[in-house]
Amino acid sequence: MNPTDFSTVLPEITLAVAAMAALLGAVYTGKDKLAAMLNWGMVALFLILAVWIGAGITGERTAFDGTFNDDPFARFAKVTVLLAAASILAISHEPMLRRKMLRFEFPILIALSVLGMMVMVSAGDLIVLYMGLELQSLALYVVASFRRDNLKSSEAGLKYFVLGSLSSGILLYGASLTYGYAGTTDFAGILSTLGEGAVPVGLLFGLVMMMTGLAFKVSAVPFHMWTPDVYEGSPTAVTAYFATAPKMAAMALFARLMYDAFGTIPAEWGQVIAVLSVLSMFVGAIGGIGQRDIKRMMAYSSIAHMGFAMIGVAAGTVIGVQSMLLYLAIYIAMNIGAFAFILSMERDGQHVTSIDSLKMLSKKAPMSALAMLIILFSLAGVPPMLGFFAKFYVLQAAVNADMTWLALAGVISSVIGAFFYMRIIYFMYFAAEEDGIDARIGTVQGIALMGSAFIMVFGIVNLFGVESIALMAAETLVR
Amino acid sequence: MENLLSIITFIPAVAAGILALFLRGDDSAARKNAKWVALVATATTFLVSIFLLTGFDPSDTGFQFVEEYDWILGLKYKMGVDGISILFVLLTTFLMPLTIGACWQMETRVKEYMIAFLLLETLMIGVFTALDLVLFYIFFEGGLIPMFLIIGIWGGANRIYAAFKFFLYTFLGSVLMLVAMIYMYVEAGTTDIPTLLTHNFASDTLNIMGIHVVGGAQTLLFLAFFASFAVKLPMWPVHTWLPDAHVQAPTAGSVVLAAILLKMGGYGFLRFSLPMFPVGSDVMSTFMLWLSAIAIVYTSLVALAQEDMKKLIAYSSVAHMGYVTMGIFAVNQQGIDGAIFQMLSHGFISAALFLIVGVIYDRMHTREISAYGGLVNRMPVYALVFLFFTMSNVGLPGTSGFVGEFLTLMAAFQVNTWVAFVATSGVILSASYALWLFRRIVLGDLIKESLKSITDMSRRERLIFAPLVAMTILLGIYPSLVTDIIGPSVSALVTDYHAAVPVSGDAPMAKN
Repeated sequence: MNPTDFSTVLPEITLAVAAMAALLGAVYTGKDKLAAMLNWGMVALFLILAVWIGAGITGERTAFDGTFNDDPFARFAKVTVLLAAASILAISHEPMLRRKMLRFEFPILIALSVLGMMVMVSAGDLIVLYMGLELQSLALYVVASFRRDNLKSSEAGLKYFVLGSLSSGILLYGASLTYGYAGTTDFAGILSTLGEGAVPVGLLFGLVMMMTGLAFKVSAVPFHMWTPDVYEGSPTAVTAYFATAPKMAAMALFARLMYDAFGTIPAEWGQVIAVLSVLSMFVGAIGGIGQRDIKRMMAYSSIAHMGFAMIGVAAGTVIGVQSMLLYLAIYIAMNIGAFAFILSMERDGQHVTSIDSLKMLSKKAPMSALAMLIILFSLAGVPPMLGFFAKFYVLQAAVNADMTWLALAGVISSVIGAFFYMRIIYFMYFAAEEDGIDARIGTVQGIALMGSAFIMVFGIVNLFGVESIALMAAETLVR
Repeated sequence: MENLLSIITFIPAVAAGILALFLRGDDSAARKNAKWVALVATATTFLVSIFLLTGFDPSDTGFQFVEEYDWILGLKYKMGVDGISILFVLLTTFLMPLTIGACWQMETRVKEYMIAFLLLETLMIGVFTALDLVLFYIFFEGGLIPMFLIIGIWGGANRIYAAFKFFLYTFLGSVLMLVAMIYMYVEAGTTDIPTLLTHNFASDTLNIMGIHVVGGAQTLLFLAFFASFAVKLPMWPVHTWLPDAHVQAPTAGSVVLAAILLKMGGYGFLRFSLPMFPVGSDVMSTFMLWLSAIAIVYTSLVALAQEDMKKLIAYSSVAHMGYVTMGIFAVNQQGIDGAIFQMLSHGFISAALFLIVGVIYDRMHTREISAYGGLVNRMPVYALVFLFFTMSNVGLPGTSGFVGEFLTLMAAFQVNTWVAFVATSGVILSASYALWLFRRIVLGDLIKESLKSITDMSRRERLIFAPLVAMTILLGIYPSLVTDIIGPSVSALVTDYHAAVPVSGDAPMAKN
């Protein structure tokens, strides 16, 4: 242990100290008075950290004997997570304040979960992996049941907690098997053990069990059961958060574990991920059709999207990982816009989430409806929106890796999935006029919604340069 | 004017952006402004596109007005036209001002309507000018969005069903093409269309799960593109979305759908299927010829039984597209010349026919054939225009409809006499349904009470039909206008095709 170890994890330490200081400060000074300030403070802190990590740090470093990696791949994931968390806090501020749900714990718990994610994506060791994963999970269990007085929210929190613990247990069991057969918890050590010849069956069991645990976190089918209920039951701001930052972190961790620890046997895990991916795409696409609640629908949408992102990991190539990173970045940008819209859906001051309350919104709020239309077509992957390019690139990675069947499954599921996004457009544009939601949308939500739609249309010009950053990130992971 | 094609393509989109951002309010003045902006933008696009024609050198069979820039994800932004595509660009820019003019009386959500049409025009022109595989796909698929909204928002009673069917049907067809495109990208290492035109895709017989695929990868690629273009064109039996979409779409939507959107399928066959997968096309050509012949006869018979004017014309469109595919897959000079000619001519004639339905629909708000009769007594000018386009639709010599049908039939006769025989009977059938429709609506005594006060065509309506009549006659009596431009490119296409196809025992001539 030496000073450079600490300088490597300085961003994480900063965030941890800030979160704890905020907790102390808020407790001593009378609780919720500080909530609003803390919320914006965290947004600012996340943005500063994102700029710091994204622009201030270069090169590759490891700390604490290789258990913590700081490389372009980790930084890509961290910056995305931080930006997503900052946006979600910003768009949820005003609605939560108005609905009297903004307690000071909220920004702090979010900050702790972000910290967990930052550790996850940098993990170079099974213990660090588990530590980061649990830190973020525990924080998320609490925010899921943030509306204590609401039955559904409590149910969501409990369900998430029980199933989440189960999956953590499975992951932990897999980790212990891996340790038993590899003799080390270090990713590099596992990799070199694998390189020595025949792969012990126990190690494969460990691999599969850890994949199960991670598949739960990214809500891949068949470990997705919790997703619709938790998305529906949690406060909308929390749902928005679930749909964005943790997905990036979990997928990045997934990829990191596969490549850094099991990179020499891609054939073993590639097919497992391919199957998870196909199942997720189809279950997500078909499951979304029957939904009446827009949050539940977005849950199925995120399942399907994770299926697509997993194609990139399954491909096992540099452009595979690059396409996965791009996919998630674009997916998060879409979801922030979509949830900014969902957060502001209100009728007579009450938050509503039923899809048919959107009837004829295009008359009352043409600009919001148009922005949402663009985002929905983008989510469906219809060109010329950016969502199409995200899909195009993962499909290309699949064909490139001789997995044309996976690409075929992907496009067919995307046609099925297009239907439920278009159902919302149907309500907004084609339905008979009826008493629906109010047209108002808050300033911040409006900016997020319009900004997201803007990115979906004009991002196709040059992807804002994210393409080459993602490539650099992917190249450090896949060697 | 080195960015001429981009300028032509994006003028309407810019106008749409201006409308969306700067036009406020929904009073009659705002509605009028929206229409004028759209009309001026489309007319400007047409005028600018004339430069394309004057600067085009028909003897050069390569791509002209080429623009090329690097783009994201290894793709290129590349545009250009050759003899095959240039006239489709002009067809689009020519018809759009007329389409806008045709919805001048529109009063519901006019601004959005105009924006949708302007965006649609950009996407349609882009399809014909794109020289990058994925860029083509973006324009090709992107067009679904405005059309989906046009049918869904401004359509008839059953518009929701029609809009969803239209969107999902064509979307499903196209995503298979997307996978094929990605495969081509990975295989050839580029999405550049001119490079892909010279790339030889593998054509060795493949064995997939015990099935021998003659023509190998080329046949599979052909089938994937076929899934998309056959739905778009549409070919029998995947045409069922078209009658629904046409009947429910507003008049202007039907015009664009029939006159331009359908042509994308035929253009796709000529741009991709024939030159890029010649072996695959050769394997499938007999099958395609028979599909075309069945389409011509079957949909003509179906058209005879329709009670709704728009539906009848929609089926007649499918039949006419049958001549197009027949000409294309005869793969000889007359066939492809004829197919392109037929597409252009059908662009004018079907646009006119849907506008003709629109004229009386605006007055009576019904498309039931039985609601009309004897219109000639009150609407002589209308009757004349209707008669003229009925005759062109039938393929009367002297109108453009004749040239396309004749050329394609002649081409088909050279490669497969039986197909030509079956298809020719379609000519008689088309005369029956078209003339019968004319008789039921226009001729006879005016006995229906509701029709007693119907008025003849207004000046605006006559003005819209005039250019269409002029073009139909002009192309009918002087077809070299078109064939001189497309000829060299088509001849290069045919030569390359026959050079690439293995000349074994069954040369195209001996197919039957």
